Amino acid sequence: MSFTPDIQAFTCHYTSQQTLAEGEKGLKEDGLPGSITLNRLVCTGKLQVSTLLKAFEDGADGVYVVGCPIDQCHNVMGSQRAAKRVLAIKKALVELDVEPERIEMYHQARGFHPEFIEAGQKMDKRITELGPCPFKGESK
Amino acid sequence: MIVAERKPMNEVLGMVQDAKRILVLGCRGCVTVCSAGGEREVEILASLLRLGMKKQGKEVETIEGTLVRQCDKEYIDGIDQWDGQYDAIVSMACGVGVNFISNLLPTAKVYPAVNTTFFGGSEEQGVWSEQCAGCGDCILHLTGGLCPVARCAKNLMNGPCGGSVDGKCEINPKVECIWQSIHDRLGRIDSQEMMNRIMPIRDWSTAGHGGPRKVLRDDLTI
Ligand code: SF4
Ligand code: SF4
Repeated sequence: MSFTPDIQAFTCHYTSQQTLAEGEKGLKEDGLPGSITLNRLVCTGKLQVSTLLKAFEDGADGVYVVGCPIDQCHNVMGSQRAAKRVLAIKKALVELDVEPERIEMYHQARGFHPEFIEAGQKMDKRITELGPCPFKGESK
Repeated sequence: MIVAERKPMNEVLGMVQDAKRILVLGCRGCVTVCSAGGEREVEILASLLRLGMKKQGKEVETIEGTLVRQCDKEYIDGIDQWDGQYDAIVSMACGVGVNFISNLLPTAKVYPAVNTTFFGGSEEQGVWSEQCAGCGDCILHLTGGLCPVARCAKNLMNGPCGGSVDGKCEINPKVECIWQSIHDRLGRIDSQEMMNRIMPIRDWSTAGHGGPRKVLRDDLTI
């Protein structure tokens, strides 16, 4: 069965500077999988649990957040807060008997670096293997 | 404040299996302060309910509402605004709220989304601990302001059981022995003699052992 996941990435302004400079086309050329939709935010600390859940409600098979290194967030605690919210959703997913790996937090340095693309590739591989999200009411 | 915690989702989902339209109802009182059942948690629970039901192949509509308090008749009346729009109410207030809705809306199906845990305080962000058990006959003036009813595992009234080690309770080494703390604090406030006082056998009827309690204030009733 061929399955292209819908993956929503939430990235802060600083970790996703590359996207601004290169644009969608450049990122694709660098290897960012087409399954990924980038949602840029001023800071991941602004992300609410409900926003991440809404991504699942809107049909995402996987969600990930890219924020600054844990101790070097531009807004001091933003990426730490985001990581806690991702953890809260992992816990809720377990309660709903859905794989917690469908959501992930990445901490990365700002600017241009291959890790930004790698995070996308990792999530694409992981979610493709997991199959469609059970919230879609479809069986794998 | 009253401290509560959201119940696991499978338990909440089990309550509303037959509902098609759910009113998820928060409270702006204690449960907002302890981040268990305020506006933000209502939004999250409603989303989790929709996702959980969808996973089971069921569609469910949710209405999100938050009352000023669910422990006050005056505010419970505000539920009227959603009349006819829900089959079940999932309340995120403490147990008082759920009881109040049940008292006042005789035919509404109402379910608890949180476990009401204790009367406590926030020690630091995200950490709450029990401080008072609402015993109805406060003795804090005799115990240096620290409560043995709520904070001693054995509810002892006349000093420590003797099992504490390094100031920690023998029941749980992560918890302070409150009698050790009472002893130390009475010393610091020059009230050591309080430790020699023998408390008489207590009448626990004020603590609910004599049935549900009521406070009636003639000066306030109309
Ligand atoms: S003695 Fe009773 S009222 Fe006073 S703090 Fe302890 S439990 Fe609460
Ligand atoms: S160790 Fe202290 S707090 Fe624990 S049961 Fe004994 S007296 Fe109570």
